[in-house]
Amino acid sequence: MSDLRGIYALWYREFKVFCREQSRLVASVASPVLWLLIIGGGLGSVISFSGINFLSFLFPGILLQTALFSAVFFGVYIVWDKKIDFLKEVLVSPLSRTSIFIGKILGGSTDTIIQIAILLIFGYLFSVFGILENITFSPVTVAISIAFLLVMTVGLVSIGLILGSQMASPEGFQLVSSFLVTPLFFLSGALFPINNLPSWLVPFVLCNPATYAVDGLRGTLVGMHQFDIRLDFCIVCIFAVVMILVGTYSFKHMRL
Amino acid sequence: MALIAIKNLSKRFGNLVAVDNLSLEIGEGEVFGLLGPNGAGKTTTLLMLTTLLRPTSGTAVVNGFDIVSQPDKVRKSIGIVFQDPSSDETLTGYENLNLHGLLYDMPPDLRKQRIAEVLSLVDLTGRKDDLVKKYSGGMRRRLELARGLMHHPKILFLDEPTLGLDPQTREHIWAYVKKLAFEKNITIIITTHYMDEADRLCNRIGIVDAGKIAVLGTPKELKQAVGGDVIFLKAKACDVESLQALPFVKGVRSDDEGILITVQDAGLHLQEILEKAGPVAFVEVRPMTLENVFLHHTGRAIREGSPEGSWAEKAMMAGSRR
Repeated sequence: MSDLRGIYALWYREFKVFCREQSRLVASVASPVLWLLIIGGGLGSVISFSGINFLSFLFPGILLQTALFSAVFFGVYIVWDKKIDFLKEVLVSPLSRTSIFIGKILGGSTDTIIQIAILLIFGYLFSVFGILENITFSPVTVAISIAFLLVMTVGLVSIGLILGSQMASPEGFQLVSSFLVTPLFFLSGALFPINNLPSWLVPFVLCNPATYAVDGLRGTLVGMHQFDIRLDFCIVCIFAVVMILVGTYSFKHMRL
Repeated sequence: MALIAIKNLSKRFGNLVAVDNLSLEIGEGEVFGLLGPNGAGKTTTLLMLTTLLRPTSGTAVVNGFDIVSQPDKVRKSIGIVFQDPSSDETLTGYENLNLHGLLYDMPPDLRKQRIAEVLSLVDLTGRKDDLVKKYSGGMRRRLELARGLMHHPKILFLDEPTLGLDPQTREHIWAYVKKLAFEKNITIIITTHYMDEADRLCNRIGIVDAGKIAVLGTPKELKQAVGGDVIFLKAKACDVESLQALPFVKGVRSDDEGILITVQDAGLHLQEILEKAGPVAFVEVRPMTLENVFLHHTGRAIREGSPEGSWAEKAMMAGSRR
């Protein structure tokens, strides 16, 4: 495989840049922690679901939120690469479009997974200090959660890259991706349980792949879920595979 | 056999015809110069040959592979230095080169050796560990060049490679490019604004105007074909048509600055020309240069509207990333 070095090159570039931009890392971790503490703590004083404190209920949702925002917005960098012509340098290299796409996914997923790992550590610390109750942190639950988030992240980075490959301006990307990410987040059950929703809302929630990621995560960490966790995982995997296929196609047909 | 064979290549952007049914053959080991005013379609042609743009119609065979149906194989045979900056400025110079080596699947030892080689060539060894965003415009340009030369491609495309470089660096670069072309038998296609460079370096030149090859040949042939010398004069009331009617006058062009007359044996006919031209404020006989050939075929001086503005603009834009 002569493309392995090239794929590594693309990953290495993203990783280097990510490590150099520490303010980006701090901001991307600080904002979900604030969400968790302020929204979770605030609403938690009045809300709990079947004996589970809202803060703990929210934690899996916040993990998904981080994956969602960080992964999809990663696509904006491809728009920048177009603007500064770095993309030309990559596109004119012998690397196949599929390999370029894989390299980009690896780069984007690494960024996101690092953020998620830090959040999980925060979550663990919060549970040690009694801020988060009812959450089981064991090697198994953490491993399953990371598996869910990893697969979800790959699918979401693909969405970002698909969008990025079609857009010409970073501003346009920002608008379109917010338009996409917001409903995915709010309709995922990250903020509320989905077992008692008004019937007109149900189809939207069920069509949303993020719903199953949240359900799986919440089932694993808090023990509260609507669907079989194995079913959740299958649906998340199907989502990721479909997005990778669409992404590969859109990269093959990307124009400058 | 031709290493590059362009057949009826066309590219349209909406109503604009950037490249118009262009056909051309370039042989192995040639240093071929593509000259033309801005917007003539040089860069568009290069982008199509490097598979970054799909032709509207027609095609080209590069190193035996079709640019439309076998782009992956074409890309394995080529290298290109773009007109606009395309390095990642959040990485260091060394990292950018290493990235390039990885993209071209070069093993670690070879990467190290070539990086050291090209860095010293463009005189950036001392700055290799600085972030590219701290480089000046000229340094960035040199880095891009170093990168394009690094993997010794079979065919190397250089789009305005020495734009904005000081004469000394230009000399260095050209010496290396020539050596590379000779030793590794690399075929080179360049676009340049520096006519003196094109004259000295290129075996063959194609002058492109409005998406078409206006004229093709060795620099010597081109100069001989236009013929003779150039008389430049400034006159208040000069009848261009009567000058054109003279049998030994090959062409007359006038603009704000003055009048350029292409003449066979200027020395013999100066008297007659001055008589037709009337009172003149200034007169000069110049030898035929590629610049004059260019002017003769396109009616424009090559330096009109230098693209340096767009380069600076792109570099500024690059600064706002991340």
